[in-house]
Amino acid sequence: MSLVHKSATALLSEMQSGSVSSTEVCTAFLDQIDAHDEKIGAFLRVDRESVLAKAADVDSRRSAGGALGLLAGLPVAVKDLLCTKGQPTTCASKMLEEFVPTYDATVIEKLDSADAIVIGKTNMDEFAMGGSTENSALGQTKNPWDTSRVPGGSSGGAAACVAAKMAPLSLGSDTGGSIRQPASFCGVTGLKPTYGRVSRYGLVAFASSLDQIGPLASSVEDTALLLQAIAGSDERDATCAPNEVPEYTATVAKPLEGLKLGIVKEHFAEGLDSEVGDCVTAAIDVYKALGASVVDIELPHSKYGIATYYIIAPSEASGNLARYDGAHYGYRTSDTSPVEGEGPLVTMYRRSRSEALGPEVKRRIMLGTYALSAGYYDAYYVKALKVRRLIRQDYDAAFEKVDFLVGPVSPTAAFGIGELSDDPLSMYLGDLYTVTTNLAGVAGLSVPCGFTKSGLPVGLQLQARPFDEERLLRAGHMYQSATDWHTKTPTV
Amino acid sequence: MSIEFETIIGLEVHVQLATESKLFCRCSTKFGSPPNTQTCPVCTGSPGALPVMNRHAFDLSLKTAVALNCEIPKFTKWDRKQYYYPDLPKGYQISQFDLPMSQHGYLEISDSKDRFETKKVGITRAHLEEDAGKSMHDEAAGKADSRIDLNRTGTPLLEIVSEPDMRSPLEARAYLDELKLLLTYINVSDCNMQEGSLRVDANVNLHLQTDDGKVATPIVEVKNMNSFRAVERALAYEVDRQLAHWKKTGEKIGDVPKQTRGWDDSAEVTKAQRSKEESSDYRYFPDPDLVPITTTDEQVAKVRDSLCELPAALRSRLVKEQSITPYDAGVIVNQGRAVVDYFLEVAEGCGDGKQASNWVQRDVLKNLKENEQTIDQFGMSATSLAALVKSVKAGDLDNSRAGEVFEYMLANGKDVVASMAALGIEKVDDSALDDLCRELLAANPKVVADVQGGNQKAIGALIGQAKKKNPNVSPNDIRGKCLAMIAEMS
Ligand SMILES: [Zn+2]
Repeated sequence: MSLVHKSATALLSEMQSGSVSSTEVCTAFLDQIDAHDEKIGAFLRVDRESVLAKAADVDSRRSAGGALGLLAGLPVAVKDLLCTKGQPTTCASKMLEEFVPTYDATVIEKLDSADAIVIGKTNMDEFAMGGSTENSALGQTKNPWDTSRVPGGSSGGAAACVAAKMAPLSLGSDTGGSIRQPASFCGVTGLKPTYGRVSRYGLVAFASSLDQIGPLASSVEDTALLLQAIAGSDERDATCAPNEVPEYTATVAKPLEGLKLGIVKEHFAEGLDSEVGDCVTAAIDVYKALGASVVDIELPHSKYGIATYYIIAPSEASGNLARYDGAHYGYRTSDTSPVEGEGPLVTMYRRSRSEALGPEVKRRIMLGTYALSAGYYDAYYVKALKVRRLIRQDYDAAFEKVDFLVGPVSPTAAFGIGELSDDPLSMYLGDLYTVTTNLAGVAGLSVPCGFTKSGLPVGLQLQARPFDEERLLRAGHMYQSATDWHTKTPTV
Repeated sequence: MSIEFETIIGLEVHVQLATESKLFCRCSTKFGSPPNTQTCPVCTGSPGALPVMNRHAFDLSLKTAVALNCEIPKFTKWDRKQYYYPDLPKGYQISQFDLPMSQHGYLEISDSKDRFETKKVGITRAHLEEDAGKSMHDEAAGKADSRIDLNRTGTPLLEIVSEPDMRSPLEARAYLDELKLLLTYINVSDCNMQEGSLRVDANVNLHLQTDDGKVATPIVEVKNMNSFRAVERALAYEVDRQLAHWKKTGEKIGDVPKQTRGWDDSAEVTKAQRSKEESSDYRYFPDPDLVPITTTDEQVAKVRDSLCELPAALRSRLVKEQSITPYDAGVIVNQGRAVVDYFLEVAEGCGDGKQASNWVQRDVLKNLKENEQTIDQFGMSATSLAALVKSVKAGDLDNSRAGEVFEYMLANGKDVVASMAALGIEKVDDSALDDLCRELLAANPKVVADVQGGNQKAIGALIGQAKKKNPNVSPNDIRGKCLAMIAEMS
C-alpha cells in the first residue's frame, strides 16, 4: 500500500517506529498533489519547500530523541479561512486575495504544538457561503469521484483533498453543514464538533454563533486524532467552552453497548433521493445488527430550520463582513473618479465591496442587512432566535430518549457543476438535514455509507448531545469496523 | 415681547474607564503614544480575531453605576452598533443596546450659593462600549491622504445618559462638576477632558408658555464642547438662539429633524452640523462573539459595601461634625479625598473645624496652587498645622504673626514651637504689657485726650509704637489694655 493510502493513525505509528520519515510522508502527499490537484483543484496554495523544511525538522528532532507532539510529522490541509501568520488567508474571495494575517488561529497554533505540518490551504465557497465550492472566486474544486460534479461545500477543498489522498487529515469549518455535506459528497469522514468545543479564534467569521472548526479524514479513528489535537478551551474565544477534552484517541475503538438511535421522520420525507435513502436505511440496519435499538423521533421545529438558518446566518454575516470596506483589509478599488452626489468615502466603500465580493456573498449580506433593519428586526431576527431556541429544545427532548440521531447528511449525492447555480433556493434546501445541528449547537458526524448507482458516495449523519463527541466517535467507529465504505477510494 | 419659558437639558457623558488595557483585548490604553503602536488583531478588527471582555472594565462600570444609585440588572449583554466609518475598523462598535448594564439612577446636585434648589438628576442608563479610533482626513478637498490612528480603538467607555432634568446651564455645569468629582472619588476615571477621557454631548430645548399653551422648541444636540465652561456657555448661547429662532419662525418640536450643532469656542456660537437626512439605522443585534454577563445581588452588595464615602455624604458630614458652612465643605471636598483627610486631621488636632477650614483654604490651598503641588507634596504635616492653629487659639501666638510662623514652618520644616523661637516670638506677660501701656499713654497725652473725647480710633496710633518697642505684643492686647487704662483715668 502506498503511503498516501494509509491512515493518519498508521502513518503516525510508522513514523514513531522509524520505518518511515515525515519527509517521506510529506513528499508522498506533495507528489500526489502535484500529480492530481491540477485536475481536482482542492488546494489554493501549497508551499512544497516550507512543508519539507518542517518535515525535516520533525525528523531531526525525532532522531535526536526529543519529545514530539501528538501529530508529529503528519501533514494537515487547512481550509483557507483559518488565519496563518505570514501566509495568505483568502477565504477564496477576491476581497482577501492579498490578505496576510499577522497572527495564527488557535487551531493553527495547536497544530504547530502538535508538530503537525500544514501542507496547504484548501479551496472553499467564498467566505464559507455555499454548498458546492462553486462560489470560490479563486477556482472550482471538483469531486474526485466524478470531476463533472461538485465536491460539496463550503469545505469542498478540505473534503476533496482527503478523498483524492492529497492529505491524510484536513481542517474545515461547518456553519450549516459545510464539513458534513462535502464529506458526504466526497466519501470521507467529517465531524462538526459541538459549538464551543474548538476555538474559533482566527477563523474568519461567517456566522459567529454557528461556525465551528472540525476535522475531515478517511476514517473516524483519524478524525478522533485530529479532534484530539484541536479541541479545548481558549481564553481568546469567549464562546469556547471550558469543558475538559476527553481522550478521544484512547477510546474511539471501544464499542458502545445498548446503543439507542433515533430516526428523525422529517429527514426521510419528500425531497430525499431514494438511492440516498436506501443507503442510509441499510446503514441503520448495520447498527441494528450491532445491537442498536432504533426509535422514531420528532423534531417538530426542524421544518423551520432552513428559514431560521437563512435569517440568523446572513444577519451575523452582514456584521462580520462589514469590515471589508476597502479602508483596512483586503481589496480597495483603484477607481477614484468622483461620483455626483456621493462623498468620496462612500464611493470608495461601494466600489471596493461591489468589485471584490461575489454574488452569493452579496446576496447574504443583503438578506442579513434587511433582516436587521429597523421595522423588520422583530419579525425576522428576533423571531428566528425564538425558533432557534425551540429547535434546541426539540434536540434536548430527543436526546432524553436516544443517544444519537441518525439519518442522511444531504438529500442527494453530489450534483453537477453548474446544475444549481441559478437556483439558490434548491441549493439552500440541500442544507435541510444539517443546519439544525448548528442552530442547536450540538455535534454532527458524517460517515460514508454507500454509493449511488452512478458511483457517487453517500453519507450517513449521526448527531449527538453537546460535548458528547467521545461517544459519537465511538459510534462512528463501530460502523466503520463493520463496513468498508470509508476505505473506498476514487480513481483520480 | 417677553415670554416665560423653561430650559430643558439632558446630558450624555462618555467617560474613559481607568483600565490598563482595552475593553476587549490586552492593548494598553496609555494616552499619547505614536499612532497605531497600541494595537493588535482584536482592536484593529483583523479578520478572525475575537473580542474577550476585560473584567476590570466591567467592575469599574459596576462601581460607577452603584455610586450613581442605578439599578443593576441581573443580565446584560453586548450588541453590535453597525455603521461605516474609517475609524471603526470592524464596521461596528461593540456597545449595549436594549439591556444596558445599569439604569434608573440619579445624581444629586446642589449649589452652595443657593442659585438653584438641591435636586436629583435622573440617570436614564449607563452602559459600556468601546471607543472608536481617530481619523484625520480632508474629505472636502477630495484628497486621498486620510490617516487613521487606532490606538484609542477599543478603549473602555462608560456612557452615562441623564434624564432631561436640568433647567439651566448652571445646573448642567453643577451636574458635570458633581459627576466628575464622584468619578474621581471612586477612582474609575481620570476625567481628563483634554485627553478625551471625558466627553460631553448635550440635548437642549425650551418649553415656552404661550397664549396657545405650552410649546416645545426642536431638541438640539450640542457637541464639540471641550470644557465644562464651554458646556455652560454653549448651552446659554443655545437658549438664546432657540428663543430667537422660535420668535422668528415659530418652529416647534417635530417640525424639523433633530439637529446637531457644534460649539465653536472662539466664535462663541453653536453652528449647525451636517444633519442626518434620515434617522440612522444602526441595525443593532446581540454580538455573537461575546457571552452575556450575569450579576448577582451579592456582587452588587459587595460593590456597594466597598464604595468609599461619596462627595455628597462627605460634605454633609463636614458641615455636621466640623461645624463649617456648606460652602466651605464644598470647597474642601472638591479638592479630593486627600485634602479632606488633611483638613480632618488638622480640625481634629486643633479641635476647631472652622479655624482648620480657614487655614486649609486660605493658606494651604493657596500655597499648593502657587507651587502647582498636590497635598501629598505639601511641606507641612497636618499635625504641625494643627499645632499652629492650637497655639493661636490658646493665645500663645498672636494672629498677626501667625502667617509669618506658617511661612517659616513651611520653608524650614520646623514645628511651631521651634519656629516661634527662631522668629523670637514669645508671649508678653501681663506686667510687661501694663508697663508698656503706661509708658505709651504717658508719652502720648494727645491720644489720651482724643480717646477721652470719644475718638476710640485714635488709639491706633499707639499700636505701631508698641510694636517697635516689643514686636511680640498683640495689637489687640495693646488696644484693650490702653483703652481700659484711659477709662480708669477719667
Ligand atoms: Zn488590541
